[in-house]
Amino acid sequence: MTRVAVTGLGLVCALGENVAECWQTLCQGETRILPLADPGNPPYKIRCGAEVRGFEPLKHFSEKDLLLLERFAQFATVAAREAIAQSGLRFGSDHLSDETAIITGTSLGGQFTEEEGYKRLYKEGNSRVSPLTIPRTMSNAGASRISLEFGIRGPVYTISTACSSSNHALGQAFWLVRSGQVKAAIAGGSEAVFAEGLLRAWEAMRVVAPDVCRPFSADRKGLSLGEGGAMLVLENWAHAQARGADILAEICGFGMSSDAYHITQPSPEGPVKAMQWALRDASCCPAQVNYINAHGTGTQVNDAIETEAIRTVFGENAKRLLISSTKSMHGHTLGAAGALEAVATVLTLKYGIVPPTANFTAPDQSSRDLDVVPNLAREAQVGIAVSNTFAFGGLNATLVLRKAQ
Amino acid sequence: MAEHSERDDLASKVIRVIAQTQRIPVDSVKIDSTFEELKIDSLDGINIVFALENEFSINIPDDGVQNLRSVRETVEGVRKLIQEKQETSETVPPGAA
Repeated sequence: MTRVAVTGLGLVCALGENVAECWQTLCQGETRILPLADPGNPPYKIRCGAEVRGFEPLKHFSEKDLLLLERFAQFATVAAREAIAQSGLRFGSDHLSDETAIITGTSLGGQFTEEEGYKRLYKEGNSRVSPLTIPRTMSNAGASRISLEFGIRGPVYTISTACSSSNHALGQAFWLVRSGQVKAAIAGGSEAVFAEGLLRAWEAMRVVAPDVCRPFSADRKGLSLGEGGAMLVLENWAHAQARGADILAEICGFGMSSDAYHITQPSPEGPVKAMQWALRDASCCPAQVNYINAHGTGTQVNDAIETEAIRTVFGENAKRLLISSTKSMHGHTLGAAGALEAVATVLTLKYGIVPPTANFTAPDQSSRDLDVVPNLAREAQVGIAVSNTFAFGGLNATLVLRKAQ
Repeated sequence: MAEHSERDDLASKVIRVIAQTQRIPVDSVKIDSTFEELKIDSLDGINIVFALENEFSINIPDDGVQNLRSVRETVEGVRKLIQEKQETSETVPPGAA
């Protein structure tokens, strides 16, 4: 089995429209969970979110292209362009185009287009909906656009497993590259959540914080929604070395599990297994891990279960781990969360800076004896890091990443 | 003469719909342009049909869509459907609708 290098990163989210901008905001510990641009009519109970403000689709795409590209697919494509440009990979007529995969994750797909169609049907009584509804809403719209734009002809597919979508996508891509099935993979996820129907649905679940999410904090009142896209270029290590690529980090393990317990209520056993299996897959022991980019949604239940699972997996070592939830700054981007947080984790390994858990006021039972890196980024040499996602439906996915060496 | 200008009017409306739907300048669409010349593929074609149905309040049948290959064919197809619609509405006795 080959090692798997990360040679490109791309990111667009509330923190910025490229990796450098986003990383700067993360290191400043600055939350971008802000009052919603459109407060709704009647007003949403959800008042804040991490929106990608100032994103101008026409800066990135022609008018004609935009007919077929919903916001989530735009985010996926913009992030993939940045990641592929950084990797320096060129897809032409050679075998690399056939030996490259694209695996994306999204929970919702083209929610805006779907809602527009329903408005015409049920609100306006118009029985005709746009013939572009299907290609715009399909969850693989982003993956297919990237394939078309770059001429990538290997395995291309999309995974939809709620908040674990893009960690599952990265894990699958990692295994495809490691097994030698492909030389490279573009993997990640994207989501555009600020559609009226969806906001009403989240509102009804009563899990969204009234202001900002405060992961691991005593006064946490729920999650904050966010939108964006994040992509990584994974590459056969020898292939990357041979062409002199800048290797940003290594992905060395992946584990996944299902709670088989409850459709929305998490249990610690599933996350424990995902982390243990990821570490086993990476041939790492818990004592070697320095940092966890936590799922850390900021709901009462998630943070209590996740920290319990971390204590179970890491034992006494849990106390010396650095654990942070960057969702406190970029919000919970659902199907994009795993990829966005994997990008943050790669940068943590590369630069030796751990982004904080922002909006933190005081520890509670969940974080009483853990270092959740409150509010201020911290310099730290991180050799091995773990990135968790736990989805509704009880689906858990954990990546293990290592500093490039 | 009146008929001639009506014909022109319909053609220019169809051309405008095609140009708007394709996001191309209206001047680039001529009555004798083929869809191939305008780079209108099958998906573009059904999107144009959708826009024409909305613009003229007509229903374009599925088998009619497959045969559209040029602007002229489209204009003539739309004209036929508008005429059929008018004839149908004229034959309906008052109050029957």
